[in-house]
Amino acid sequence: MAISNGVDKKLNTLTAHELLDKLKSGGISSEDIFSALEKRIKEADPKVNAYVRNQVQLPLADNRKNITGGVPIAIKDNICTEGYNTECCSKILEGFIPPYDATVIKKIKGSGHAFLKLKTNMDEFAFGSSTENSSFGLTHNPWNLDYVPGGSSGGSAAAVASDEAIWALGSDTGGSIRQPASFCGVVGLKPTYGRVSRYGLIAFASSLDQIGPITKDVRDCALLMNIIAGYDPNDSTSVNTQVPDYTKSLNSGIKGLKIGIPKEYFVEGLDPEVNSAVKEAINILKKLGADFKEVSLNHTQYAVPVYYIIATAEASSNLARFDGVQYGFRSKAANLIDMYKKTRGEAFGEEAKRRIILGTFVLSHGYYDAYYLRALKVRTLIKQDFDKAFQDLDCIITPTSPSPAFKIGERVDDPLKMYLSDIYTISANLAGIPGMSLPCGFTKKGLPIGMQILAKHFDEERIFSLSFAYEQNTEWHKMKPDFKP
Amino acid sequence: MIDKKTVEYVANLARIELKEKELDKLSGQLGDILGFIDKLKEVNVDSVPPTSHAISIGNVLRDDSLKESLPVNKALSNSPLKNGSSFIVPKVIE
Repeated sequence: MAISNGVDKKLNTLTAHELLDKLKSGGISSEDIFSALEKRIKEADPKVNAYVRNQVQLPLADNRKNITGGVPIAIKDNICTEGYNTECCSKILEGFIPPYDATVIKKIKGSGHAFLKLKTNMDEFAFGSSTENSSFGLTHNPWNLDYVPGGSSGGSAAAVASDEAIWALGSDTGGSIRQPASFCGVVGLKPTYGRVSRYGLIAFASSLDQIGPITKDVRDCALLMNIIAGYDPNDSTSVNTQVPDYTKSLNSGIKGLKIGIPKEYFVEGLDPEVNSAVKEAINILKKLGADFKEVSLNHTQYAVPVYYIIATAEASSNLARFDGVQYGFRSKAANLIDMYKKTRGEAFGEEAKRRIILGTFVLSHGYYDAYYLRALKVRTLIKQDFDKAFQDLDCIITPTSPSPAFKIGERVDDPLKMYLSDIYTISANLAGIPGMSLPCGFTKKGLPIGMQILAKHFDEERIFSLSFAYEQNTEWHKMKPDFKP
Repeated sequence: MIDKKTVEYVANLARIELKEKELDKLSGQLGDILGFIDKLKEVNVDSVPPTSHAISIGNVLRDDSLKESLPVNKALSNSPLKNGSSFIVPKVIE
């Protein structure tokens, strides 16, 4: 790995705020950024596979000449872009071209920025933690091509880490932004439930899903939040409250900020290198004036089982719409029911079938109370743990994932082990609170480590103050993979 | 636990056709997952209300008035089989 020194760097290696400064001073044009990205994607993506449908030869955007003053954003394949394929990396949505834009895409268009026509790779329907469940093949971790980039937003995280994208959007249902951000050494934020509209996000688990930024540093994350956050009448779960200018909280300082360290997160199963990197980060924040205390989130151990009941139950309902009638793939059969069954049997991948069937089971007659209703009740207890902890805390810090990136193929045949890689991120979705993963070190093998900062509902500003203060005093975010195509 | 017959029954409810091999593999894996999920039985939830949304939200209603909607040709544009104004599906009624 190497620290970039900021002199004579290629444009695709810069952050969005650095590029915006250059655009403002007139030194470069948006077209120059597109060209640099195009060159990088063509040379690097055959190895990384961050983008799908083998579209590396296509122009990155239409009407490029008309885009001025903007920095293009990479988009996960489950966010609808009118006129451009959006397939959730699933065969069942093969050839789907959305007839409308997601609200976040409308907001990007209205902000003067642009988005890339190429979409980023993901686990099919966001079902996974490694981007190995994609109908387009897996994505490689730019820090070591034998390792997974995390998931499900692994394509977005790998694209940003390999400088094939400046910044990107992902979605997070149980850690799908934060865990790949930690595996790829970039910044990822899951905003508060209700902060960003999900209109046009292909639904996985509607009580948990959020769209959020994946970026090279904290300032870019705040800038992208400024673009996408806000109330949307088209998403009845979006909340109508004022959206602050997040860049204003970057310099608020952290002296006296009260931070909790949940003891249930530093237990057996936590990789020792991850443990020491996060502890070291805590020491740095202590020196910067933050106050730490141990807290208890008693029901942490139940988060994964609760999640795999609620998320699969909601997914089984949301994915009922993929029946071969309105869009995507259809299999031939003589009658309607057989057509549904064959279409879904042939076109859903293995993990999608596993989750739909598990979700259907926990909602079925005779099991609903024992599984689904019980999970909703334990969800209440998990949420109450956070409510209680935040009564006298500003933030909570944990590792983002119990381990650094794991090897490709290592967990594909063990769904349970795969599910446990989200053990530290899932609770934030269940409680609806915001959470960020931020680079905080590397393993001896050179794989990135991330720490997670959690805050109260709609208090992304504290996360930005804390993460920015840390970033200003460390160099992790400047590290680049040695990856040479 | 979950046996092969139950998986077959649930797969039918979910309208997914499974091959014999898939049925075998899924029964085992779902058994493991449910075994893990059973951990929740140790929690006392007697007086705990369920949470379906982390942020309390109520019904959101809009005025019952005409507004622009997706034109028919756009709504049908992704259908695998259609005629001018409708989706075509296999015959439902004999």
